[in-house]
Formats: sequence, C-alpha cells, structure tokens
Amino acid sequence: MTTVVRTASVTGVLAVTGFAAFCVSISVGELRVPLTDVVPAIFGAGDPAARFVVGELRLPRALAAVLVGAAFGLSGAVFQSLARNPLASPDIIGISSGASAAAVFGIVVLGWSGNGLVLLSLLGALVTAALVYALAWKQGASSYRLVLVGVGVAAALAAVTSYLLTKAQIYDVQEAVVWLTGSLNGRLWSDVRPLGLAMLVLVPMVLLLTPSLRLLQLGDETATGLGLHVERARLLLVLVAVALAAGATAAAGPVAFVAFVSAPIARRLVGSPLAIVPAALVGAVLMLVADLVARELLGTVELPVGIVTGIVGAPYLLWLLARSNRIGSGG
Amino acid sequence: MAVQTHRWRLAWLLVAVGVLVLVVLASVAVGTRSIPVGTVLDALVHPSATEDAHAVVRSLRVPRTVVGLLAGAALGLAGAVMQGVTRNPLADPGLLGVSAGASFALVLGISVLGLTGPVAYVWFAFAGAAVASVLVYGLGAIGSGGATPVKLALAGAAITAFLLSMTTAMLLLDQRTLDEYRFWSVGSVAGRDPDLIAQLGPFFAVGALLALAAGPVLNSLALGDDVARSLGRRIGLARVTAAVSVVLLVGAATALAGPIGFVGLTIPHVARAITGPDYRWVLPWSMVLAPMLLLGSDVIGRVVARPGELQVGIVTAVIGAPIFVMLVRQRRLAEL
Amino acid sequence: MTRTAQAHHTLAAEGLTLAYDKVEVTRDLSLEIPTGQVTCIVGANACGKSTLLRALARLLRPASGTVLLDGQRIQSLPTKEVATRLGILPQTPVAPEGITVADLVSRGRHPHQTWLRQWSDRDRSVVAEAMRVTGTLELAERPVDELSGGQRQRAWIAMALAQDTDLMLLDEPTTYLDLAHQIDVLDLLVDLNRRHGRTVVLVLHDLNQAARYSDHLVAMKAGAVVAAGPPAEVITEELVAEVFGLSCRVVVDEVSGTPLVLPIGRHHAAVPS
Repeated sequence: MTTVVRTASVTGVLAVTGFAAFCVSISVGELRVPLTDVVPAIFGAGDPAARFVVGELRLPRALAAVLVGAAFGLSGAVFQSLARNPLASPDIIGISSGASAAAVFGIVVLGWSGNGLVLLSLLGALVTAALVYALAWKQGASSYRLVLVGVGVAAALAAVTSYLLTKAQIYDVQEAVVWLTGSLNGRLWSDVRPLGLAMLVLVPMVLLLTPSLRLLQLGDETATGLGLHVERARLLLVLVAVALAAGATAAAGPVAFVAFVSAPIARRLVGSPLAIVPAALVGAVLMLVADLVARELLGTVELPVGIVTGIVGAPYLLWLLARSNRIGSGG
Repeated sequence: MAVQTHRWRLAWLLVAVGVLVLVVLASVAVGTRSIPVGTVLDALVHPSATEDAHAVVRSLRVPRTVVGLLAGAALGLAGAVMQGVTRNPLADPGLLGVSAGASFALVLGISVLGLTGPVAYVWFAFAGAAVASVLVYGLGAIGSGGATPVKLALAGAAITAFLLSMTTAMLLLDQRTLDEYRFWSVGSVAGRDPDLIAQLGPFFAVGALLALAAGPVLNSLALGDDVARSLGRRIGLARVTAAVSVVLLVGAATALAGPIGFVGLTIPHVARAITGPDYRWVLPWSMVLAPMLLLGSDVIGRVVARPGELQVGIVTAVIGAPIFVMLVRQRRLAEL
Repeated sequence: MTRTAQAHHTLAAEGLTLAYDKVEVTRDLSLEIPTGQVTCIVGANACGKSTLLRALARLLRPASGTVLLDGQRIQSLPTKEVATRLGILPQTPVAPEGITVADLVSRGRHPHQTWLRQWSDRDRSVVAEAMRVTGTLELAERPVDELSGGQRQRAWIAMALAQDTDLMLLDEPTTYLDLAHQIDVLDLLVDLNRRHGRTVVLVLHDLNQAARYSDHLVAMKAGAVVAAGPPAEVITEELVAEVFGLSCRVVVDEVSGTPLVLPIGRHHAAVPS
C-alpha cells in the first residue's frame, strides 16, 4: 500500500487506540466507572459521584497525559528529523536539566509547588535552551558544537541539582525525586489549561512547518534547490520543538524518554521517514497507558509515570536493536 | 598547540606530570583546616601519634588525595578508550551502563540488605557496574557486525533507562534508602578507608595497563573497521579488551568515589586538543589531566565552603563545564 | 533535431568570484548558459566546476559578482520563485532512512505548492510522468536506500524532473552508474532538451561523454573558463593537454560523429604507423 494510505490507516488505528486508552484511564481507579458511563460522565450527565471523580480528577489527568505525550512525541520527531539521528532527543539542548534544576530549586529552597513550580521549570527549560544555543553560536550553530555545549551545560546543572538534593530535608527530597522522574499525580484543570492553550498554538505551527521539515530531510542543498529558506525554517522548527518540550516538561517533569521513543515507533509503523501526527499519537497513547499502569500497579501507592515509561520503553529499544542490521552497519 | 615531534610531546607530558604533582601536594597541604606547610611535611616524614594535625594529614588528606588520583586517572583513561572504540566524541563510560548498574546494585543493597557506609557500598557498586556492562555489551553484540558504536549506544540507553526506572522505584518506596543514596550519588573522595583503596588497587592497575596498551589499536580503529582489519587488527578482540578495561577502571572508580560523570566525557577532548588524534598520546594525557581536574576541584571544594566542604562531583562539573564550553567554542574541540 | 517546445529562462554569471573559507576558487568569471541547449562543464579535479554550478543554482553566495536569472540578480529573487524556474541535483544527495521512491519524487513538487493549494491533479500527473520517463514507476513503493546505485540515481533524477523547471542543473549525475545506465540518463537528458525544450547544464567528469552529448562545452582550469563553444571546436589536443595535463589524440567518434579523445599514457601507447 502507498505511504499515504498507510499513514492514514496507522493514524486512524492510533486515534482509536488512544480513545480507548483514554476511556479506560477514566474508568479505572478507586471508584470504578463502568465504561459505558464514561462518555456521559465527561459531559456532565449520570451519577454525581462519577461525575465528580471523572470531571474533576480523572478527566484533567487523562487530558494532561494526552497533551504531554503528544507534545513530547512531536518534539522528539522534530529533533530527530533535524538532527538526522535516531538517538537525538530534546534533552541534548539542555531542556530537561534546566527544568529539573529550576524545579528542584523551587521545591527544596523556595518550598513552592503547583503553578509557581510549573512556571519556574518552564523558565528553567527555556533559559537553558537559549543559553546552550547562544554558547554554541559562532557564525551559526553547528550541530557538533550544539551537542557538546548542551552536554557541558547539562552536566553543570545536574551537579547543581544533586547538590540541592543533599542539602534538603528528606521529605523535600522525596518530592523532588518524584518530580524528577516525571509524574502526572494530582494534575487538575489548572495544570491542563495552560498546556492546552500552548498546544493550540504550537501544534498548528508544527503542522504548517511539516513541508519544510520534509525538505530539510533531503539535505540543505537539495532543500535550497527546492526553494526552502533553510536557516529560517530550521530556526522556526527548533523554536517550536523547544517550546513543546519545555511546556511538556514543565507540566509533567522530564519524561523525556517518551520524546526519544515515540517518533521511531511511529516511523516504523508508517514506513516513512516522517510521521509527525502518528508520533504525537504514539506519545499520547504511551503516556496514557504508562500512567494507568503507574496508578494501578501497586494498588495503594501511585508510582510516578516516569518510572513506567522507562521500563516499557527499554524493551522497545532492544527490539529495535535486534531486528535492524542496517542500524548496525551505520555504526 | 598540537605538538609535533616525539621528544617535544614527551617533554610537555612531563611538564603536565609536574603540574599534577603540584596539585597533589596542594591536595595534601590545603583543606578545611588551615595547617601550616611545615606541619604537613612533618606529618608525612616524621609522623607523631599525638599531633592532631598529623592525624588529619595522614588519615584524611592523604587517602582522599590517593582516591582522587586513582579515580581521576581511571575516569580520564576510560573516557578516552570509550571515545576511541566507539569513534564517537560523545561517548562516555556511562554509555556501557556502568553508572546505572552501580547505582542499581547499590540501592538494592541498601534497601534489601540494609548496607551502610562506603566499605559495604564498594563491592556492590562494582558488581553492579560489571554486570550491567556485560549485559549492555552482550546485547549490543547481537546481530550482524558485532558491537558497533550505534548498537552499543542503543543498548546502553535501553539498559540505563531500565535500571534507572527500577532504581527510582526503589528509592521512592523506601525513604531511608533515598536518604543514604543521595549522598553517594553526588560523588565524593572523602572518608574512604585506605584498606579499601588497597584492595581496589589491582583493578585500577590492570585496567590502566589494558587501556594504555590499546593506543595503537585505537588509532587503527579510528580509520574504520575495514581499514583496521586490513591492517591486521582483530576488531572483536580489540573491542572486548577495551570494554574490559573500561569496566575495571570505571567500576573501581565509581565503587570508590560514587558516580562522577563529567570527567570521562570532557577530558579526552581537552587531551585531543593538545596532542591531536594520536591515541598513544591522548591516553596518557587524559590520565594526567583528569586527576588534575578532580583533585583541583576537591581542593576548591574544601576551601570554598569552610568549615564544611563541597563534594568533588559537584565542583568538577560546575568548574569544568565553563572551561569545557570555552574550549568547544574554539574550533579544535568540535572535531574528533 | 526538432525542438517541439521552447525554453524561456536565461542564466548567466557575471564577474563571479567564489570562495570557501577565504580560499578563492574562481575569480571574476563570466559565463552565459545558452538557452535551450545542453551545456557540459568539464575540467580536472578541483578546477571549480562543481563550485560554479552551485553558485549558478544560488546554493553558494559569491564573494563578488553576480548570477543573473532572466537578467535579474538571483540573490534578489525569492528562493521559491527561483525553484520554479531552476532545479539542481547536487552530487551526493541525502535520502532520509526509509523514504520510498514515490515519496521522494513527490517532494520535488514543493516549489509549485502553497499552503492553500497543496496537492493537485497536475502535481500527481507530473510525478507519475517523471517516474515513467525515468523507469522508476515499478519502484514507486520501494525504499530508496534499498535500491542499487543506478536505480537510486534515477529516482533522484525523477525528483528533479518532478520539479518541472525550465533550467536543469546536474552535478555529475552519472557517477555510480554502470555504462548502460549512464547512457540511459544522458539520452534522457537530451530528450528533455529536444522534446521538452529544457536548458540542461551538466558537470561531467567523462570528457568523451561530454563531447558527445553537449551542444555547448565549457572547459575550466584553476577556476577560469579556458574555452567555451561547440565540442568540435573546443576539443583539441592542445586544449586537453592544457586543461587536463594529458597528451592525447583527438579523432572522430565513429558512432556519433563528435570528437573522441584517445589518451596517451606511459603504457599501452604503441601506435602503429
């Protein structure tokens, strides 16, 4: 079947799967809402207890999972296409380490939580990305320099984070570690709204920039030959991808593994080097399923979702390893 | 500053060793407590059991200096070997899952077996590092081509992510473990038992020998697998030997001082900027420069936060990063 | 030799000085590309022929001088507009992993698409025709990186064709191809010129192929144009010696009637009579 048909059918299947995961995620929990009641409860009909649990607790959390997963998936897809490297992820530009250092500082030193923390970590992510880019800029940001500077800055920030953890009270440390792992615990409407609004702007931008990305994949020269403003397109794409990753990290912590893993899965499923919308959907499904498992696995204790994404993602990577000789020969 | 002839390179290397010696002396002479130089020398040459200051010098500063020297040299060497064998300037020993393995085994030990203190930590961490590396290498070697750089990186990333998740799960479920672990995870050279250092000595020695001997092989590997083979190198054997040396060196260093990440990644770049791409020189230079950074950072950590101290893992990254970034901005470092 | 369609757009270089990292490659070079003809640029390695081609395609910014597309400075035209008149196939194009031939060829339509008008019937038919003409229709759904060197090159040429430009610039399009496919590609380019009226500019390393297939031959040495004109006039024993440092005998190609260069090396040069 042609690429277009395959992309459409994969997108369809992923959307249906996502919807199913979404409904199950809302249905399962301490108060079991039967699947048939889920949709009515979302729209405010049905049993009052179910309506409350669904409307105030589960729906925002499930939406948060979808938005964060989609944002990470999109960001990872863009970064990997730009870097032409399947090992690339938004981490390399220092977003995770910047957000982490800022968040831990907020938790341990300032004693903040909630919206203040979200803002702080967003600021940390954006400032770090800008710093890395600026430090790597010398008549252009060569990707080598960018990656090396990113690594250096990330190491310094990680040291700062570790230091803060040694100086804090143990309960603060625990809260900090939960944040550092990536968690959707206790996400309410107040958390979802800002990210939702940001995505309303960023997602259309990514879609509009997809043709440019398609050309950039062919190399700078061919892309220029086909009429693309290469530097301008690349800068816009980096900005959008950074905004997506920073927003997602601020909302749920550095669950960066999702960014790393979603795009390759989507590409394999679609059989094409560019699968932007599928990558977003894979990210959303991954976050929904991981959060569900994290919530329910141990019964009384809620694990942070970041733990499950690591355990789920790793076997995927190994599968990637085992099946592909081509990747090996590229080494 | 790429020095050209053999004699020049040797001369400059000796100068570097001289600087290292100075740093070592500083490490013994300087600390959270101000001890006059004369007393320090006395403590080394004519130790007296009653002098308090002598005790500080002999049982606190000397061991930590030795740890810093060993761990630094080991990390620098291992980093250079990793980058040479994977032909990847971003490779660091953590790629083989060493840090993640050490952390996982350690947390397991603390939470399940109730271990406390550096002595007990050491062997667990070492074992964890070794097992994880074997796993990573084994997985990376599946399929055609053996353990190529990309496959190793993927295997390393997978195992590291997996182990990290499991480690974090255990930490979150057990507060006491978290409390112990967070201090180890920063990386420190203080308070290590001299007996322990002696026991780990052989691992450092063997690892260093294997690594230093790998210089010529790494030079051939840099030209690509095919060319290396046509020059008569046995790729599989070379890779395994390199991996073994890395595990020995980093396993011992991590077991002794905790996970200190930055050094193994960045020092080889600095060494290369000085010597050029010849691994016969990059390796010894890495071995000399890394302890300079580590011990220097430790000294600063002792001085800056008196009467307490800043752990070496923190200072190394905070000082090393700006220096590294400055070097990256000059063209040399951006090439392999 | 009937030309059924007319080429419209003109391309020329005026006083072009090109440099990489302060190293000058050409100095004050002026060249006019004859409209509606096949032009080949030849010269020894590192004489600047690829650099010149890239500058003509605005991939390289000149240190001084200008490239004129339809009499206007090419740098002042919007790049997408340029892409509707002029297409370039670089020497080693990069294909992302897993891309299918059909996907690759369809990306050539980008200059003709806008946000409002994305994918039209004309786009579809141009892509299909481009693949038919290059013999890549059967390969449409196959990944480009699984094809042989020759098939891959034809896929790239199909993409350049799909771009549907009046001016086509190709940098060594016959490298990696076996002889049969080299001739195939060159014949195809001549078809495009004769039947579809396109102006074709090629950098070729094979002097004899250049002699056979070009209407206009440009010989370069050390960043300067040494000779330009019909092959029969340009290819002489003196020129070959000057440009390539090679002694030779020039005869008439029995098959095509164009000049044929017979190199004289140190061995196998026993010439009876």
